[in-house]
Amino acid sequence: MITIHEIIQLVFYIVVLTALAPLLGGFFAKVLKGEKTFLTPVFGKLESVIYKVSKINPSEEMDWKVYTFALMAFNFFGIIFLVVIQLIQSYLPLNPQGLPNVEITLAINTAVSFVTNTNWQSYGGETTLGYFVQMIGLTVQNFVSAATAIAVLLVLIRALKTRKGTTLGNFWVDLTRSTVYILLPLAIIWALVLVSQGVVQTFSSYKEVTMLEGAKQVIPLGPAASQIAIKMLGTNGGGFFNVNSAFPFENSTPFSNFIQVLGILLISASLVFTFGRMIGSKKHAWVIYGVMLFLFVVGLSVSVYAEYSTNPIFNTSGLMEGKEVRFGVANSVLWSTATTAASNGSVNAMHSSLSPLAGMITMFNMELGEIIFGGNGCGLYGMLLFVFLTVFIAGLMIGRTPEYLGKKIESREVKWSIIAILLPSACILIFSAIAMKTTAGLSSLANAGPHGYSEILYAFSSAAGNNGSAFAGLNANTVFWNLMLALTMFIARFGAIIPVMVIAGGLVKKNITPSSSGTLSTENLLFGILLLGVILIVGALTFFPALSFGPVLEHLLMGQGITF
Amino acid sequence: MNSNKSYNRKLFDKKIIIQAVIDSFKKLNPKSLVKNPVMFIVAVGALLSTIFFFKNIFMGTFSGFNLQIIIWLWFTVLFANFAEAVAEGRGKAQSENLRKTRTLTIARKLVNGKEVNVPAIELRTGDLVVCEAGNIIPSDGEVTEGAASIDESALTGESAPVIRESGGDRSVVTGGTKVISDRIVIRISADPGGTYLDKMISLVESAKRKKTPNEIALSTLIAGFNLVFLLVVLTIRVFIEYNQTGSVNVSEIVSVPVLVALLVCLIPTTIGGLLSAIGISGMDRLLGHNVIAMSGRAVEAAGDIDVLLLDKTGTITLGNRMASVFIPVSDVSVEYLADAAQLSSLSDETPEGRSIVVLAKEKFGLRGRDISKLDAHFIPFTAQTRMSGVDINHPSSGKAKRIIRKGSADAIKNYVESNGGVFNSGVQQIVNDFSKAGSTPLVVAENFKVLGVIELKDVVKGGIKERFAQLRKMGIKTIMITGDNSLTATAIAAEAGVDDFIAEAKPEDKLKRIREEQTGGRMIGMIGDGTNDAPALAQADVGIAMNSGTQAAREAGNMIDLDSNPTKLIEVVEIGKQLLMTRGALTTFSIANDVAKYFAIIPAISTFLYATHLTDGPLSALNIMKLATPQSAILSAVIFNALIIVLLIPLALKGVKYRPKGAAAILRRNIWVYGVGGLIVPFIGIKLIDLLITSIGLI
Repeated sequence: MITIHEIIQLVFYIVVLTALAPLLGGFFAKVLKGEKTFLTPVFGKLESVIYKVSKINPSEEMDWKVYTFALMAFNFFGIIFLVVIQLIQSYLPLNPQGLPNVEITLAINTAVSFVTNTNWQSYGGETTLGYFVQMIGLTVQNFVSAATAIAVLLVLIRALKTRKGTTLGNFWVDLTRSTVYILLPLAIIWALVLVSQGVVQTFSSYKEVTMLEGAKQVIPLGPAASQIAIKMLGTNGGGFFNVNSAFPFENSTPFSNFIQVLGILLISASLVFTFGRMIGSKKHAWVIYGVMLFLFVVGLSVSVYAEYSTNPIFNTSGLMEGKEVRFGVANSVLWSTATTAASNGSVNAMHSSLSPLAGMITMFNMELGEIIFGGNGCGLYGMLLFVFLTVFIAGLMIGRTPEYLGKKIESREVKWSIIAILLPSACILIFSAIAMKTTAGLSSLANAGPHGYSEILYAFSSAAGNNGSAFAGLNANTVFWNLMLALTMFIARFGAIIPVMVIAGGLVKKNITPSSSGTLSTENLLFGILLLGVILIVGALTFFPALSFGPVLEHLLMGQGITF
Repeated sequence: MNSNKSYNRKLFDKKIIIQAVIDSFKKLNPKSLVKNPVMFIVAVGALLSTIFFFKNIFMGTFSGFNLQIIIWLWFTVLFANFAEAVAEGRGKAQSENLRKTRTLTIARKLVNGKEVNVPAIELRTGDLVVCEAGNIIPSDGEVTEGAASIDESALTGESAPVIRESGGDRSVVTGGTKVISDRIVIRISADPGGTYLDKMISLVESAKRKKTPNEIALSTLIAGFNLVFLLVVLTIRVFIEYNQTGSVNVSEIVSVPVLVALLVCLIPTTIGGLLSAIGISGMDRLLGHNVIAMSGRAVEAAGDIDVLLLDKTGTITLGNRMASVFIPVSDVSVEYLADAAQLSSLSDETPEGRSIVVLAKEKFGLRGRDISKLDAHFIPFTAQTRMSGVDINHPSSGKAKRIIRKGSADAIKNYVESNGGVFNSGVQQIVNDFSKAGSTPLVVAENFKVLGVIELKDVVKGGIKERFAQLRKMGIKTIMITGDNSLTATAIAAEAGVDDFIAEAKPEDKLKRIREEQTGGRMIGMIGDGTNDAPALAQADVGIAMNSGTQAAREAGNMIDLDSNPTKLIEVVEIGKQLLMTRGALTTFSIANDVAKYFAIIPAISTFLYATHLTDGPLSALNIMKLATPQSAILSAVIFNALIIVLLIPLALKGVKYRPKGAAAILRRNIWVYGVGGLIVPFIGIKLIDLLITSIGLI
């Protein structure tokens, strides 16, 4: 049975999140618009130095095509740079372990993974990559990949509130401000708190210690706290160490666990209110937040229920296999739900060990398209794509050409929303089927039956959601998996960003219709329920069969005493 | 309303049904199927299954189950074709008579002053034709010579003839109507295929119907769902095979017909099958209300109107101001005032003038007098003096000469004072009071002495206030346009219940206001009839021209109301909204249905996994409807899917009921009926079909 203490911890988490999000969201709105805040004296200098060094004219406005080109160029460059530094890592400094150059498909997978904010780790953190690649390569991408998605969100916001315009802001400015005023200050705070809890931060090489019984053990170290801070806040999830936040040097105490799991959802949740502030409708922001929170709480409840249900095989509940004794069951499923809801992908317990239904929730969270808070920026623009579809259907049902915030939702918006929602789903279904039909795909599995099936489905759901967590059990460091997953991550990321930019380019040119009693209100419970319905129906219709033959089947078989 | 009688015919006419059944087979032609992607997928699937079925027969296996699935798949296509054919048939019936008269009519074309008989369909713009009593007007045009009474009942169903004459606002005639008296010369204004009726006919008959923006967007959404379900169906067999244990042949259980059945059940066949029927019947309904739309787009746009501009005269008020009361001043008796007013108006042919004579007769029994006996000299109204009146030199009673003038307060004040008279504050007070009340005061003076004031009042049409209240509930703001001063306009606006008005409006004011509202992002509807309305009609998003209006106005608008009844716009708005609502509701219904179909088919095709007796695997737990066998489950879902199309044809043809309520109330209702209903109904329907087909032994 779940204890009252655990319930209080879960409720406390939600309360803290809901209290902080509107405050931070309002602050984000200010800094993203370039208004002066208490951060300006220090971080403002950094901002202007960046502009000067990079020769950026911050007042230059871009239309959607120029903006998209800048964004894509930046990301392409990021991928190529990351691949190259991995291929030549043994010649680079800050490699005290003398780790060798990385194999090319693994390098591609890792590069795409970090640029797309996925942080899928086919590599083993401390055994593959040296400090240089981790810091100059991965940590930088941890910041800018999150900032890129925030920039895309900003474009969509501007498109919604501009009346018959053409320009949508400046990519370099949005990228810089998101990094300098949002990600960097919060990461500094988080890193300091984590260090205070005992998370390591050092440049020294791994320690070899002699244990009591005389055996020797290598204790991996490194500048972990700084990367972990942004790993949580930037919805990245790529651990410094291979077992991620289950490792004591990465996640040391219950408090560090709370801080980290709060960091998973904090910025994404706050951005909902930033959005509300910028479009001038706090109520609408609350509706969207409500829908996200509802989906989150339902997922969490099902997971908790599944974990605490009596397992018919062991005739006990709350199994600890694959979970950290320091955190317990409730904090493990809180993490598993949050990390898959928010496209974070860090773990503090092994998802493969979750009960089948809790495992299904993690997959369904990702398969919905990472819109339950989701990644920084991308969670909300993903959610807005669903909002467009909802507005379209609801608009028809009230007998009016659908409008969202006064902008008409027409063929272009519907078409590109569908493309963006469909592409990741297509990757999951088609690629999973390919993996199940090929020996290259099947040979990486550790388990048979529906559990092995879930390993495959989870891997592609994670890649397509730009989540990055793994179900464990799957040996993903093979040519087949490295390339297939890299392709999935790439399609899912840019297959959403480009449609969103196209939509923004169309929306910005439209006029804004003032609302009347004849227009659809997006500020009430009714709209929230409808949005929820559309998300669940689209998600369920796409993945009902796929999930039936995996976790659902496994759950039912577990009832008959069959395991894999 | 007479016009509705012709419309409220039976939903299903025997003749139309028979033709529609024939047409639904004709529409199996791939060329026509490909226009409807959803049904095209169903047809391709049905074809694949049929091939699969015959291939198996050649290999010596016959499956009655597969045969039944295939039959129902073909029925699905036929039912959708039938829906479209019925809608087309109803539209055609509506337009056929007109088309007949038009193609058979012989026109008397004027060539160099001589009449030549040519078929009506050969007439071009600019041709002159002669029409006399008994002739049918061969095409749309404008009267250039003469006047005639015309029977437009073929168009409007209104039996009372109307007058059409050259010049002015009543010069337009429509092809297909009949001249009852006199002779007119008409300049043709449309080329073959370009007349209003031709356009409407092509809108009703789907072939030339262009998709509206909303239809395109919805088709995109539907295409998206098609893709999703194609993905699901294409991958599902692999997912099942992965879990396969033992020696079961998966491709026998998850066979081609079963996969096609799953696909057909999932893709939105309900809305896909009924989409074109909805569009066609919307046009048809509009024609039933005697409104001709130039495009489907215009009708949908009507549903989006935020602001409606209406001319006051003839729309909100009865058309003319009427004298309502005589108020004498100082020692003048009311009878004397009435007498003077009547004298001054005897030769005044304006409606206002006549209303004064009528009022004097009604109130004081003053009869019209023989003007010639009076030795009176009438002074007509001029723009300079802004007065009219009468000079009576030798009244029959032998009294002194009477010089009577009536006019606006300003004009009379000027006239009286410049001739030494007094225009005292008492008069001014009455004048002001009337103005404030929204009436027009007309001051009467005799021999430079003010007798009193006549109140001319605008009479607001009965029931108009309720109509505007309805519009307000729909979220539409009404703006009255009037040439009156703002005092008058305020009072009438209050009485009629409009939201706003533009007083002393010139044509450019109307245009300016429309542009302003459009810049503010609003959709503007405009109703007009005069030539000076043409620019505004063209600028508005939806312009409705009165059939009685000028050619210029008709060409500028994108809809024409054949009855010339301005409040008709409410019906047009309703039809536009209904069109969208019907599509939205059926889409929601269609998608919501899929949940139940999943619960029928998924367990049916996967129950053999980890089963000991083929049908008792763990996934039978998903068979929450407790359907008898996997085969009956699949068949029931397919049958339900096909039948629901037929059952919803009446809804597609009539449209979802529209109530003038706020958006939230409408949405809530439609979500309950079509969303929640769409979730529940198939569970019940599939279960019932399952019970039926297992009890009669089909499976």
